[in-house]
Amino acid sequence: MGRYLIRRLLISVVTLIAISVILYLIMFLAPGDPLGELATNPNVPPEVQQRIRESYGLDDPFYIQYFKWAEAYFLRLDWGESFTARVPVRDYVLDRIPVTLWISGTAYLLSILIAIPVGTLSAIKQYSVFDNVATTAAFIGFSIPTFFSGLLLIIIFSIQLDWLPFVYTSTREGIWPNIQQSIMPITVLALFSAAQLVRFVRASMLETINQDYVRTARAKGLKESAVIVRHSLRNALIPVVTIIALQLPTVVGGAVITEQIFRVPGLGSALISSILASDIPVVMAITFGVSILVVLFNVVADILYATLDPRIKYD
Amino acid sequence: MAREEQVAKATATSQSTLAAAAGDRGGISRVRKQRSLWGNAWQQFRKHKLAMAGLVVFVTFLLAVLLLPLVYTVEVNAPYDYDISAGPSLDRLMGTDSLGQDVLARILFGGRISLSVGLVAAFVAITIGTLIGALAGFFGGATDSILMRVTDMFISLPQLPLLLLITFLFRDSMVDFFDENFDNGTLGIFILIVLVIGLLAWMPTARLVRASFLSVKEKEFVEAATSIGATRTSLIAKHILPNVLSPIIVAATLQVGAAIITESSLSFLGLGFPSDVPTWGQMLNRARDYLGINMWEAIFPGTMIFLTVLAINYMGDGLRDALDPRKSGG
Repeated sequence: MGRYLIRRLLISVVTLIAISVILYLIMFLAPGDPLGELATNPNVPPEVQQRIRESYGLDDPFYIQYFKWAEAYFLRLDWGESFTARVPVRDYVLDRIPVTLWISGTAYLLSILIAIPVGTLSAIKQYSVFDNVATTAAFIGFSIPTFFSGLLLIIIFSIQLDWLPFVYTSTREGIWPNIQQSIMPITVLALFSAAQLVRFVRASMLETINQDYVRTARAKGLKESAVIVRHSLRNALIPVVTIIALQLPTVVGGAVITEQIFRVPGLGSALISSILASDIPVVMAITFGVSILVVLFNVVADILYATLDPRIKYD
Repeated sequence: MAREEQVAKATATSQSTLAAAAGDRGGISRVRKQRSLWGNAWQQFRKHKLAMAGLVVFVTFLLAVLLLPLVYTVEVNAPYDYDISAGPSLDRLMGTDSLGQDVLARILFGGRISLSVGLVAAFVAITIGTLIGALAGFFGGATDSILMRVTDMFISLPQLPLLLLITFLFRDSMVDFFDENFDNGTLGIFILIVLVIGLLAWMPTARLVRASFLSVKEKEFVEAATSIGATRTSLIAKHILPNVLSPIIVAATLQVGAAIITESSLSFLGLGFPSDVPTWGQMLNRARDYLGINMWEAIFPGTMIFLTVLAINYMGDGLRDALDPRKSGG
């Protein structure tokens, strides 16, 4: 396990370096001036523009720029300054993490809490009315894109019923108004990921309830609840836990659209606005941050899998 | 003349006798009619009611966006100025949008784009995935580990952010390039979007195809083909690939739905097609600011995306059951 872990981490580092080169290359090859609005602003004289270009090293060849960037980025943790907000990218990004964590985190937690009991019950009572309703709902849930379910919720709960605000503002005071404005974005995200998880839990559960050891447990006279929870569910959850870890970064990435619909001032909407404003340092920080999460949680998923399932042996 | 008639009659009789004889012999074969592999799969697929419903819906939509614009000739970008943001009526079946344009006409036109982006992007993803998976699974060794490392790296790329970024950065130059050279800027965006979606979606297929190749290449019939001197290319394309086609078909189907959602997300965020080229996602993007005035402007295109993707996903589900050799045969 130890040697496996070291090899796995080394591969992750190499993967991340490769990803950073690709991301940097995309930005480097992109047409248009990286200075964005500064370059076209007539109030900024050419000498100043030239000085800015030099200070960013924009005229150097690709590999020099990449190494300079990588050195600052990884060794000095200096992520540059946002072109538009004129604050260090680190502060800009860190400021927006709590909102995204609150919305996406709560949504993901909720989806797990919904998916595990529903998926389990669905599998135990396969082909029952409950199972049919649950599988159909799950199918609908992941076929309906978040931008449409979000708009539908706004139409129903903000416009027709006038119960919930559809614009999220960070200046709202008090606990209830804050919960109130979070209900719709959390619901949209939670339903979407719950729909996917339910299918995993159900499939995984169906595989375990026909195993010999479950029959043995039943044959030796255990209570049905013990058979289901202690013998089937515990084993069925091993692949589910892995999926949960693997999907976590995509939930953060998927929050992009939901945040955009409800104008939640989190990482997702920061990504969109910085892309539209060609604010490269911010785009780079968020995109690369998500990559780090993906790679990290891949390793976490592997470790979880090996720890939870003693049959898996890495060497 | 008469002789010709006689000959004709003679041939006719001889043919009917032959047919009768064949019928006699075919008595048994008619009872146990030989069904092909695909016939079997179709029989199985037809039993899956929701998958059939999905197929019907999908084909209906496909025909509607292809044929209806020939009959329903309202201009896509022409403002219907005295009646903006109107709900559905007998005159305008799906109402008009905030610019007074006809929503039904835009849905039909947008459907062509959304569906073709879905189909072509899925084709790109499946082709790349199959190629990489086949090479990795067939050759193994160093080829395999290099290709799988590349696959792993692509899986770790942040899909949606990259998609947004690449389309944003390269959109204008693609439009200019295609405008100059082919007099069609929209084609440039189409190609860009299809390529980017495809390039960021091939990885699951590659893993799937590799795994299938690994197991099939050890089978006796592959050994037999090798021993009679089949070349590597024919081994891959003629002997192994047809045997791993089922999971590829299922993946391709689901990929179409995923690609439609991806394109709609891009357009919804204002980073897909320009606003004079309506797609379902782009119509939603415009409608979201007028939800209080005319919610139908959002409901119609949104429902189209939802129903299309739902239909495709059910088809994928049905295909998975139909093509699973463990389930068929009954």
